[in-house]
Amino acid sequence: MNRRFRPEDLLNWLSGLTMVAALYLVFLYAPREATMGDVQRIFYFHVSSAWVGFFAFFITLVSGIAYLRTRRRRWDIVALSSVEIGLTFTAMAVITGSIWAKPTWNAWWPWQQEPRLILVTILLLIYLSYLMLRAFLEGEERKARFAAVYGIVAFASVPLTFMSIRLWQRLHPVVFEREAITWPRRCWPPFSSVSSPSLSSTSHCCFIAYGWGSWGTRPKD
Amino acid sequence: MNFLNKVLTIVWKDVMAELRTKEMFSSMLVFALLLIVIFNFSFELRVDKVAQVVPGVLWVTFAFAGTLELNRSLALEMENGCLEGLFLAPMDRSVIYFGKMLGNLIFISVIEALMLPIFSVVFELNLIQPSLLITIFLGTVGFAAVGTLLSAMAVNTRAREVMLPVLLFPIILPVVISAVKVTAGILDGLPLGDLAQWLRVLIGFDIIFLVVSYMTFDYVAEG
Repeated sequence: MNRRFRPEDLLNWLSGLTMVAALYLVFLYAPREATMGDVQRIFYFHVSSAWVGFFAFFITLVSGIAYLRTRRRRWDIVALSSVEIGLTFTAMAVITGSIWAKPTWNAWWPWQQEPRLILVTILLLIYLSYLMLRAFLEGEERKARFAAVYGIVAFASVPLTFMSIRLWQRLHPVVFEREAITWPRRCWPPFSSVSSPSLSSTSHCCFIAYGWGSWGTRPKD
Repeated sequence: MNFLNKVLTIVWKDVMAELRTKEMFSSMLVFALLLIVIFNFSFELRVDKVAQVVPGVLWVTFAFAGTLELNRSLALEMENGCLEGLFLAPMDRSVIYFGKMLGNLIFISVIEALMLPIFSVVFELNLIQPSLLITIFLGTVGFAAVGTLLSAMAVNTRAREVMLPVLLFPIILPVVISAVKVTAGILDGLPLGDLAQWLRVLIGFDIIFLVVSYMTFDYVAEG
């Protein structure tokens, strides 16, 4: 079978290579975390899949707007596949987060203590509703149009949900050290004991690998 | 007719229809009463201080009753092709959005106003305080803003009565969360200054949802 070479194939190969590099970095290059031990290595998968998930939902917003402006089916396909990618990676982030939370916080799902879990739950529910909406609509054009509108409205609530969670902390002091799971690049308080450049580069490598992989496998119209 | 007059005409039409049939008020009121009774029974046996659960109960009741109202409001328009007639009228689609939105806001607010005294009696709390009324109004604005848009979407789906809550609840959750936080703060006797941040979130959501719904309603109204 002689198949024409597509640009997506290049992305797939690149993502495969970076995936291997990421695995090497995660398990061999990055040093063992001082207090949490090896279980901390799940961060590299957890954080990068969470960011791919958020980014995918952002792509849904952008392509929803583009669809309503141009009415080209292509944009609707990008929006839908982006939701699927986002749900997959957000679910991955939830699962890896749970696996990490059990040894560290001694609970799989401590959502009274950790508002971020509520944020993720809301996100998953919103985009599950997005898929439900598509399933219950008739007609390709209407499906695309309504889904685009819902994608836009849905994303409006995401950054603000994030903000409301920050407010939460001020009213209700929480048991857990919040800084331990946020990961702005400039401050890595939990990793101050270890060399941070290797940690952030490992995480970025995972992020890029997932990003390329998911973009390369998106369906074509 | 200017913009405001057209909007008010649509609102008036909805109010008039409701005053003649009284379908929505009676059914929603009975539904809300049942909810209050169920909540009262299910919490009474286990909770020491009822004030701890009241903010949650209040907003769950409002959300359920509000969803019923939104469903009813557009299902009414679907009968006899009223919605097509509305869309055919020579006016901007945003007029229809604001008209329906205001109508929904009025209906939900009236129901809430009828429920508050009952709540106060059942839970033995004074819920009729100015700051609380403002909070409830702000929460209802956000609810009606997105609700109107999403109910226009839901009437076009196959399982329309089920679809509206599925679409609406996850989106409206931030409004409900901030409204519950402010309500709880007021009931705890905190000064409003302490709640300013949550109030800001609530108002921010109201504005954003209003603007986004207004901007996207055109695309939903295409049918």
